[in-house]
Amino acid sequence: MSEDVYIVGIDMLRFGRFDDATPPQLAAAAAVLALDDADLSVQDLQAVYSGNCGETMVGQRMLQLIGQTGIPVVNVTNACATGATAFREAWIAIRAGLYDVVLAVGSEKMGKGMLVRRNTGADPVPTEGLFGSATMPAVFAQMGLEHSRKYGTTLEQFAKVSVKNHHHSTLNPKAMYQKETPLEEVLASEMIAYPNTKLMCSVNVDGAAAAILCSERRMRELGLESRAVRVRASGLASDPYTERNLVMPDISTVSRLAARTAYDMAGLGPADLDLVELHDCFATAEIPHYENLGLCADGEGAALLERGETSLGGRIPVNVSGGLLSKGHPLGATGIANIYEVATHLRGEAGARQVEGARIGLTHVVGIGSACAVHILERA
Amino acid sequence: MPTDLSSETSPKPAATYIGLREGRPFLKGARCELCAATYLGERVTCGRCGARDRMQAVELGSRGRLYNYTIVHRSYPGVKVPFISAIVDLDGGGTVKGNLLDVEPSVEAIQFDMPVEVVFRDAGQATSEGAGFTAHFFIPSQG
Repeated sequence: MSEDVYIVGIDMLRFGRFDDATPPQLAAAAAVLALDDADLSVQDLQAVYSGNCGETMVGQRMLQLIGQTGIPVVNVTNACATGATAFREAWIAIRAGLYDVVLAVGSEKMGKGMLVRRNTGADPVPTEGLFGSATMPAVFAQMGLEHSRKYGTTLEQFAKVSVKNHHHSTLNPKAMYQKETPLEEVLASEMIAYPNTKLMCSVNVDGAAAAILCSERRMRELGLESRAVRVRASGLASDPYTERNLVMPDISTVSRLAARTAYDMAGLGPADLDLVELHDCFATAEIPHYENLGLCADGEGAALLERGETSLGGRIPVNVSGGLLSKGHPLGATGIANIYEVATHLRGEAGARQVEGARIGLTHVVGIGSACAVHILERA
Repeated sequence: MPTDLSSETSPKPAATYIGLREGRPFLKGARCELCAATYLGERVTCGRCGARDRMQAVELGSRGRLYNYTIVHRSYPGVKVPFISAIVDLDGGGTVKGNLLDVEPSVEAIQFDMPVEVVFRDAGQATSEGAGFTAHFFIPSQG
């Protein structure tokens, strides 16, 4: 049995618009914050795993800015699970015994507005609007309406996810938006893809987040135990075969598989969790994900939300950072930013949004294609 | 008079999974001989059971039921909105996505499991680059 891996430093930039910065510059800024958080220097790093969806060689270009020590760099891309995948690769490398101190960093420059898929030339005619829609708001609208189909979930219930997460973000100084959005305002905002209105779509922002992962032995040698966070489990899944998956991405089955992998590895279950950061790329995704992660029984996600159990102060607070809906969603950075949020609570350093007494937390991200990563973290 | 398939005016499929047999368009499918998984389009390997070279080319059904949908009000720049993006389970197996026509793009007008038919029309009615290409659409079942 290989030794445990710990997070000894972690931080993120406040998500927003960094018009004049390149992805390597954003990654470098986050990496330096994470190094400072651990009181380590770039000379202490033995490897880098860098997540970015839009550009190549961001990890090396980052080191060119903060210290060219010649260490191995691997650039990772896995859609919206990119940052979490980079984190997991760093964890694997330490578990394998190759290194003791590794940087995982995620960065992205998104620009504003809707993500538009590049036409790869495989289709004779552009397919969007001809053969239905493949926009992300539409894909996740269908995830929500599949839940409506099974359980009668309403537009208002999905909209309440946005109300909750936007409220949480008012307590998070690192969120892009820190603004209350009452239910009437969420419902009245522009309809994008029914039932997702504009305020039910995550914000495309620029950002970066970074974590320093460390072997248990080296953590003790460095005397970093007091703020260390143990990685109890890392689960990664690709989309298993399901009947409609190739036509209608099945985001739930892949999430359930990754969650089960992580729970089994940790020897824990949903009842052991004190908080969750899950992939609320659209408000329609959060309620099904309560069920996918086992926070409640199937069909009870909307009731869990409406009883306030997933709000700060509730039984199992979800997305107290403000989530992707309000904190923002820079694809490659999101997975590590979610880990930053949970780790900050486990350290008792989350300020006004602190989940009291948090000891164990879970992070979940899912990228269409599909990749789902779930991590379970514990206060050391 | 038989259709002249070599004529420049004969329609071209707007997607690789649309076949033309004697001028009649249909949805191409593939079914695994071992596990019966049914797919839209041609395949050589089964994604469900992994069997190789056991995929049979089949013609998918022309009727089905609406499994899921969304009403798209904002899409990529230049795409005509609103439209109904529909997920249809075809009778006999296979699932396909497409636009649901002849239905108001409002929640009240759409029911899960409503019976629909597959129709083929010129893609130019949905996208300006589609003129001359044959595309599949759905319409409410005529009975």
